[in-house]
Amino acid sequence: MIEYRIHGRGGQGSVAAAYLLAAAAFHAGQMCQAFPAFGAERRGAPVTAFVRTDEHPIRLRSQVREPHFLIVQDGTLLQDAGITSGLRPGGGMIVNTTRTSEDISERFGHRALTVRATEFAVEEIGRPIPNTALLAAFLSATGLFPIDSLAAALRERFSGEVLEGNLRLVERAAGTVERETWKEPADA
Amino acid sequence: MLEALEGSQAIARAVALCRPDVVAAYPITPQTHIVEALSRLVAQGDMKTEFVSVESEFSAASVVLGAAAAGTRAYTATASQGVLLMAEVLFNIAGLRVPLVMTVANRAVSAPLSIWNDHSDSMAVRDSGWIQLHCADNQEAVDTTIQAFRITQETELPVMVCMDGFVLTHTFEPIDLPTQDAIDGWLPPLEFSRKLDPGDPKSLGTLVSPDFFAEVRHSHHAAMTKALSVIGEVDEAWSALTGRSCGGLLEVSGDPAARIGILAMGSTCGTIQTGMEHAAGEVGSARLIKLRAFRPFPADALRAACEGLDHLIVIDRAISPGLGGVVGTEVAATLADVPGAPRIHNHALGLGGRDIPETIYADLMATVTDPDSPAFSVFDADMEKLDPEDR
Repeated sequence: MIEYRIHGRGGQGSVAAAYLLAAAAFHAGQMCQAFPAFGAERRGAPVTAFVRTDEHPIRLRSQVREPHFLIVQDGTLLQDAGITSGLRPGGGMIVNTTRTSEDISERFGHRALTVRATEFAVEEIGRPIPNTALLAAFLSATGLFPIDSLAAALRERFSGEVLEGNLRLVERAAGTVERETWKEPADA
Repeated sequence: MLEALEGSQAIARAVALCRPDVVAAYPITPQTHIVEALSRLVAQGDMKTEFVSVESEFSAASVVLGAAAAGTRAYTATASQGVLLMAEVLFNIAGLRVPLVMTVANRAVSAPLSIWNDHSDSMAVRDSGWIQLHCADNQEAVDTTIQAFRITQETELPVMVCMDGFVLTHTFEPIDLPTQDAIDGWLPPLEFSRKLDPGDPKSLGTLVSPDFFAEVRHSHHAAMTKALSVIGEVDEAWSALTGRSCGGLLEVSGDPAARIGILAMGSTCGTIQTGMEHAAGEVGSARLIKLRAFRPFPADALRAACEGLDHLIVIDRAISPGLGGVVGTEVAATLADVPGAPRIHNHALGLGGRDIPETIYADLMATVTDPDSPAFSVFDADMEKLDPEDR
């Protein structure tokens, strides 16, 4: 089983990101589970969501405490103490920020990958919603599930111009990271 | 065919498959997505029903009561304060013995205000006379929702389908929804025997004098007791249709030879099972009892499920202050006259959305051998957070 924790702010589509990642896993033939940790449901407030994927049915319902991967939708959340809490040594964090991967990796002591996801989203879909770009870069880097499975998940959720924009976003963001650079776990 | 869906969306589609004539509901967290999804299905023309937007849960319950009394298939959903605002009508619905299905997206009850999951809401109407079925996952919630429409027609008792708020309602996971044809063939048309009909006038809900009140209550209790077999039969018929069973009244899994048992209701069961898979080597395995039917209470099935146990850990997801756990107390009462009955260890946990980690399994197992372990505790309460005089 692989566990993921998504950090974002209300309005950035963090719960949607969790559902999309789970749906991508499902389209790739995996079992999946995604759910939010709802707190104060306000725009801008920190939001956490969780995902599990596995070859077997998932019965565990607790929050993800020791994720293999972190997906951080907002660089300002890196200031939160404990953002990397429980992150497994062999895992990695993918962050929406203009800072470099090395910078983040050095600061947190974990393998990191940064994506200019807000910038890409504004240019491709006209809104600063970073989830699709981050997921595309993440799947490209890890090779966990084919990028096509993310596209399939997007097709279920969106249509028309929004879908077209998101599909462009997938291609663009996936192209900015080295394919399957995270295929193997990080040296613990 | 499996689809990956949010629990609430799946429930709305399961309800739509049962073709209710009337749906009335008022949105409340964490039930909101169910009502929104139903309203969308109606707006898109994918569901033909009289969808009544009401101004409160009291009205929602009143509308579906009237609809059911008129002989139509009706549905509502609520949670927490909504259950409490409905409470008067819920007793009426059950006392008038009309067929109805309601989803409760289980949530704590105020005060203190909490939007998160526990079982305080459905427990508060435990004695209303509704059938109460608890679901361990979203597949069971879908299957139980559809089964509930058949159970309510066969028993003419209302059925409350309890699913953990957020933990199930907001969880996206693979779910198999049956086809419309399959449900049309499986769920017969509703024929309510005492429906209000201008062609055959009768009264419903009249004053009952002391000469008859005791008989009314007795017959309700008798009907609930008879419903035990209907719940089991409907689950078997469902299994014949889909190949899936929800466990009937209760389901026993885990290690059949274990001397320690753990009984729980709802989504906690999956976490306990996962905890056992990971910790059995260290702390031993247990017999797991998933209690699905809380009302009617399956005393005989419970006694059989507990045979051979030395200890039984009973998890409550609500508390009766001044008593302890309701499920634990009822289980203890049921086993009281059984020779060699297991010792009951009753723990309330996960109150107001407190996360239940998989390590809970090992922690619970440790209480069995701890001579200082109390008969009842709020298991995951951190005493360090309380002043000494409040402990």
